[in-house]
Amino acid sequence: MTALIDIELPGGKPPSVPGVAGTRRARLAAELRAYPNLFVGGALLLVLCSLVVWGQVAPPYNPLAVSGTNQLMPPSAAHWFGTDQFGRDVFSRVLAGVGEDLVIGILVAALALAVGSTIGLFSGYLGGRVDDVVMRAVDMMMSFPSFLLALAIAVVLGNNVRNVVVAVAVAYTPYIVRLTRSTVLSARNADYVLGARAVGASRSRVMTLHVLPNTIGPALVQAFLMAGWAVLDVSGLSFLGVGIQPPSPELGVQIADGAGYITTGQWWVSVFPGLAIVMVVLTVNFLGDYVGEKLRGRG
Amino acid sequence: MLRYVLRRLGLAVITVVGIVVIVFGVTHILPGNPAVVQVGGYANAATLKAVEQQMGVNRPLSAQFWAYLDQLAHGSLGTSFTTGHSVVSDLLQRLPVTVELAVAATIIATIVGVPLGLLAGLREGRLPDWLGRVAAIVGTSIPLYWLGLVLIVVFYVIWHVAPAPSGEVNAFVTMPPTYTHFLVLDSLLAGDWSTFADALGHLALPAITLAVVETAPLLKITRSATLDVVHSDFVRTARAYGLPPLQILREDILRNVATQVLTSLGIVFGYLLGGSILVERIFSWPGMGLYAWNAVTTTTVQAIQGYILTVGLIYVILNLGVDLLYAVVDPRIRFGDSHVQRRPRRRAGVSMRRLVAVRETESTGAV
Repeated sequence: MTALIDIELPGGKPPSVPGVAGTRRARLAAELRAYPNLFVGGALLLVLCSLVVWGQVAPPYNPLAVSGTNQLMPPSAAHWFGTDQFGRDVFSRVLAGVGEDLVIGILVAALALAVGSTIGLFSGYLGGRVDDVVMRAVDMMMSFPSFLLALAIAVVLGNNVRNVVVAVAVAYTPYIVRLTRSTVLSARNADYVLGARAVGASRSRVMTLHVLPNTIGPALVQAFLMAGWAVLDVSGLSFLGVGIQPPSPELGVQIADGAGYITTGQWWVSVFPGLAIVMVVLTVNFLGDYVGEKLRGRG
Repeated sequence: MLRYVLRRLGLAVITVVGIVVIVFGVTHILPGNPAVVQVGGYANAATLKAVEQQMGVNRPLSAQFWAYLDQLAHGSLGTSFTTGHSVVSDLLQRLPVTVELAVAATIIATIVGVPLGLLAGLREGRLPDWLGRVAAIVGTSIPLYWLGLVLIVVFYVIWHVAPAPSGEVNAFVTMPPTYTHFLVLDSLLAGDWSTFADALGHLALPAITLAVVETAPLLKITRSATLDVVHSDFVRTARAYGLPPLQILREDILRNVATQVLTSLGIVFGYLLGGSILVERIFSWPGMGLYAWNAVTTTTVQAIQGYILTVGLIYVILNLGVDLLYAVVDPRIRFGDSHVQRRPRRRAGVSMRRLVAVRETESTGAV
């Protein structure tokens, strides 16, 4: 990923500030000025990381500790985000939930990337019948909204973290396959590939050492953005009751916990976890927007 | 033209077959036992065996698949044990309710998203562009179901301007006679103004919720389509001839953007059907999504299968309609004139199918 970000842009947008050859810090500052999306995304990422660390190291309360006396308390100095119907501290649960959802999002993206880019590589490079079969399968999987595909798989596999991660990753894989395949197709007859083949490199060597490193870029960016969608979809599944189960502090579970109290005015149980989701996904989307802009500038 | 239509129809049929295979596969091939799902984990072995026998899940896979196809061929999706009706009649009854919500959301999203996207594209790199891009990023970062809850808090709990999230109308409202199965239209046609107002009030919040999330992709698509056109050779030529900017906007830019927006609308609409399960659950909106949610909570496998199959079918039909529409409005496709530059700048050669991944557009750009 870093290799993508650091690409110099001859005649691109205006990041090439005078004195680019300066220190690392100066270059970073110039980059942040030229790309506000990097600035916003980076700042949000820092905040998120500190929240996660806070939640892991020293949360104000145990996120799972119920209390018989402090139920549905509005936000106060003692409980910044109030308490839920079991008297649990919403702020501590949000801290824990952000960590959990981030890990889940990354796992989903990594799984979809690993499986999808492998299939896409084979499909694009081998071509022929393999390619036909794979592309038909991909077309069919993409003829559902991915959320519904994930829902169907999650319902059948059953409710636990591993199954939900698998379900959402399976629903995302076709997007990676299609993307990797199209880049592999355009690289298949590139000079460096022909060169490697001409000196007698085996097919597996060409695929893994030459084609893959040169075509993985767009899929990496896509997978990065998928981490954000995954947070939305996994929490959505949990909200519907087919994802992660209570008493987990997963953010969608928390929103579902509070949904029943919305019309009676106890808004804080649902609203704060949702804000946390927005923040996580915003971070990913802003950074993804930056990386996408960089990648486009290159073409 | 005929060849294109036939080829496209053939593709749609193949996709439908694939959807059937996937829906069957998801419920039968994956390592999970539908019978266990049905009876719960605590049933004894004899009960489980009986249910397995009744559902036929202990038969060979090929036999099960054949039975499933046979059932589908007779136009049946099985019976839901929670409602006691056939899944087909359940879904047909709820389809208009969901479609009404999705249409309302699409109208709102189009009115807001398309002009903003156009403005952003025309003022590339300037303030409207920045605002549009930020709005699109924020719009795609909001969980739909949470947004619905927030709107309820603000407009129902705090400001008391919206009705309670209790479905299509208040319980005591007289229902108009059925003309179109769309309640808002029916009450309007019947001239029943109080029911119309009530239905419209109930429709507002869920429609806005769906619309906010749909505006973002629509804005992105419009912006990138506008950018493509603005940077195209023909617009540059028109400018070089010194044509008035308004004429260029009307005759070159708007026309070309409109075709792309029109066709992407179909896909956005299909995407709404997927999101509607969350929104319907929050607003107790009695459509297909709520039905599916009830099926999920009671693990009524037949109903879940039927719902997913139906949405997949609608998706395919929409895609088909969109591609045919595209051929109607774009003569270059109609006449198969493949060497004509279809999408100028950077997107050249990328097929329309790519728009299927609404979320994918703009995220990676050039491939």
